[in-house]
Amino acid sequence: MTLVKTKIGRRAFIRNTGLASGGLVIGFSWLASCKMTPEQVNSLPDEWFELNGFLKVGDNGMVTIMSPNPEIGQNVKTSMPMIVAEELDTAWKNVIVEQAPLNTDIFTRQLAGGSQSIRQGWESLRMAGATARHMLKEAAAQAWGVSADEITTEDGVLTHEASGNSAGYGEMASAATNIEVPEEVQLKDNGNFSIIGTDKKNVDGPKIVTGQPLFGLDVYKEGMLTAMIVHPPAFGMKFKSMNAESVKSMPGIKDVFHFEAYPEDVQKTWSDGGAIPELVAIVGDSTWECMQAKKALDVEWEEASDLESTSYHDQALASLLEKPQEEPARKDGDVDAAFAKAAKIVESTYSAPYLAHNTMEPMNFFAHVTPEKAELLGPIQTPEFLEQTLVSRLGMPAEKIDIMMTRMGGGFGRRLYGTFAVEAAAISQKMNAPVKLVYSREDDMTQGTYRPSYKVKFKAGLDETGNLIAWHVRGAGTNDDLIFENRFPAGAVDNYLAEKHSLQTNVTTGAWRAPRSNFIAGAEQAFMDEVAEAAGKDPLEFRLELFDRAINNPVGDPEKNDYDPERYAGVLKLVKEKANWGSESGKARGVAAYYCHNSYVAQVLELEDGGDMPRVDKITCAVDCGIVINPLAAKNQIEGGMIDGIGHSTYSALTFEDGRPQQSNFDRYRLMRHSEAPKNIEVHFVDNGIDPTGLGEPSLPPAIGALSNALYQATGRRYYNQPFINDKPPLVG
Amino acid sequence: MATFTININGTKQEVDVDPSTPVLWVLRDHLNLVGTKYGCGIAQCGACTIHLDGTATRACMLTVSSVGNSEITTIEGLSEEGDHPVQKAWLEVDVPQCGYCQAGQIMTASALLEKNPNPTDEEIEMAMNGNICRCGTYTRIKKAVKLAAKS
Ligand code: FES
Ligand code: FES
Repeated sequence: MTLVKTKIGRRAFIRNTGLASGGLVIGFSWLASCKMTPEQVNSLPDEWFELNGFLKVGDNGMVTIMSPNPEIGQNVKTSMPMIVAEELDTAWKNVIVEQAPLNTDIFTRQLAGGSQSIRQGWESLRMAGATARHMLKEAAAQAWGVSADEITTEDGVLTHEASGNSAGYGEMASAATNIEVPEEVQLKDNGNFSIIGTDKKNVDGPKIVTGQPLFGLDVYKEGMLTAMIVHPPAFGMKFKSMNAESVKSMPGIKDVFHFEAYPEDVQKTWSDGGAIPELVAIVGDSTWECMQAKKALDVEWEEASDLESTSYHDQALASLLEKPQEEPARKDGDVDAAFAKAAKIVESTYSAPYLAHNTMEPMNFFAHVTPEKAELLGPIQTPEFLEQTLVSRLGMPAEKIDIMMTRMGGGFGRRLYGTFAVEAAAISQKMNAPVKLVYSREDDMTQGTYRPSYKVKFKAGLDETGNLIAWHVRGAGTNDDLIFENRFPAGAVDNYLAEKHSLQTNVTTGAWRAPRSNFIAGAEQAFMDEVAEAAGKDPLEFRLELFDRAINNPVGDPEKNDYDPERYAGVLKLVKEKANWGSESGKARGVAAYYCHNSYVAQVLELEDGGDMPRVDKITCAVDCGIVINPLAAKNQIEGGMIDGIGHSTYSALTFEDGRPQQSNFDRYRLMRHSEAPKNIEVHFVDNGIDPTGLGEPSLPPAIGALSNALYQATGRRYYNQPFINDKPPLVG
Repeated sequence: MATFTININGTKQEVDVDPSTPVLWVLRDHLNLVGTKYGCGIAQCGACTIHLDGTATRACMLTVSSVGNSEITTIEGLSEEGDHPVQKAWLEVDVPQCGYCQAGQIMTASALLEKNPNPTDEEIEMAMNGNICRCGTYTRIKKAVKLAAKS
């Protein structure tokens, strides 16, 4: 067992028996409308005893575990409580999971982003469970007059074998609240788990399939008004004037006004990324009435800065690719000298367009701001940052601001930027009424905070025997410089040069699932394939050779390299075995591997025969994310990530004409559909007992590379420009 | 404004709304049936799928005035206890990721199986193509439809 100091959020372990009683439902009453299963209703305890901020034990042994982090479909609402339950040693069937509200005193890092929830929550979640178990054991020891060390626990039952005593957690819960919180607790040994590592279904599953209210858009409260916004139709434009009078008298419309969502003096955080300072708000009784008023409203806009088009972004990025970086991001050896003596040189340029997040549930938020307090409820990945901005925007101390999170209809990074919640609060404050702000799909898609558009140029040099002797990468993106200079193949090539540029534009950008990696991985892994081909080597073996180099004789300071070459090679070897790489499958295949967000993923992707854009028949995927908390959910997440990568790189793009997004709904913005999805997916995990890392993002980036490489095998031509569906060779003749 | 009486999940409901109001917003804003989701408003994503006399229909472009005496079934009315074979299969396969599109997916799948109890892979894909899942649960959806077909 491992002994650890109990050192999480300062209030997490302060017992508060005042909170011990009372039902399940806390905070906003709409949550109460979620039906519990009949079994759960029947088994509700008469009294709950809170042992720490993460959990309460009922007098009948039921356990409520708070899930601290926002749920965006990455399934932390199931997997985080699993970790608590494991160390508590209770049976999973007796666990009820609740979404915790924002509470910085108890929880640390209540944020969904960077695939970090599990990795960074791992210790504190285990401690919370272990501390409670310790207190229950102490309570039993006192009751039975025996030593706590001799008491064992299993599935929520305490047993003292020598004396023949045994009791359920519920019987000791009340007494446990009087036990001193321990200074240190023992954690289970990795590998000695009974809940972690087993398949557990999504705790919200029954509510999802029966259509119960779960999401932000499902919030309806007494006296609530609906609000919609009108934002500038183009980046570079701002509000000039409007004629709202006739619209104000439309049925169901309460008010139409121009407002400053972000006045100049508001203290912003990074989470206010794509904030649009001035907007028009339409407030009414119902969504449809607001939508009608929005259509009828005549707003005049004026030019505030350049109106950029996609052709401009493309040209400007292309010219940055011709420009050396003054201080290169990383330089090992001398690439110029190496290229001069190389037997073969390979050079290619790759590009990708802007993408919108397009969460299925458009942005929305409920706010009720009165002079006394502010209640906010909705889908947000960064409640803590939202609170900071609201303190400044509403002129209210944090104690008066309550933020609750709903389940989210997707995040993908978009809900890291809580501008919509600030807008909702500002509108509610102005109306002095509870308001739910709803973005239409068009508002959502044309509002900004996009995945940047990128270009990257690679150049590689090989010696006579096909060894990689030089690698030069120069990348550029809009508002983002794209390159991770210390990632593979840095450290595996003697002569290495990484350069990066950012093009400032007024089209707002933000983190989009696996930021930067979502483009650079696919490009790098496609280029690696070209280089392996030029070297006359099998693409998978070629990569393994490079990892050998990075393991045995790394170039530069190995500490600087942002990857572990053994684990990287490990996933490649696993996928090689599982996909029978090397044996003739008769199908076009591609391989890729990537490391990001602390996890390693390799894939072999196989295409069906035929067509310009053949369909994916099968993906074999190998993952090293350390300990897998919930294999079922982990596989689901990995499948989703790969489909996301394949779908967007094949079909999706957002383009601009004079600052106006040219796609505003799913008629023109294409997303992958059922008949285009991969047919079979197999996921394998490396079993190594290392502390867990995240899964929300890492499977997406390499899938694009594996797809590119398989497409080359299928069609005989390389795909350089996303979306691949439009990447047709120029017509000849 | 006008009064409409519509048949929803076996009950007659009276609403006083503009005749152009789509059934989607009547359900959500006026009848507190929020299981039917808004995703695009232009019949492109399938999040709002309901059954209109048993046929999968996009509620976002179906005006309340055009419903007449037709029977509407929403996700809330698909089964009493949430145990329709499609719902059970969805849970068994652990289909949902974020879950937002799933009510629409389930409504399309259940209408399909009603008409074609044993669909081929291609038939499933054709029937389901109007339902986008941004989280990429497509492979599991197909698995769940087939599982439901068996039961
Ligand atoms: S909301 Fe009706 S199809 Fe998208
Ligand atoms: S589960 Fe998230 S959109 Fe389908």
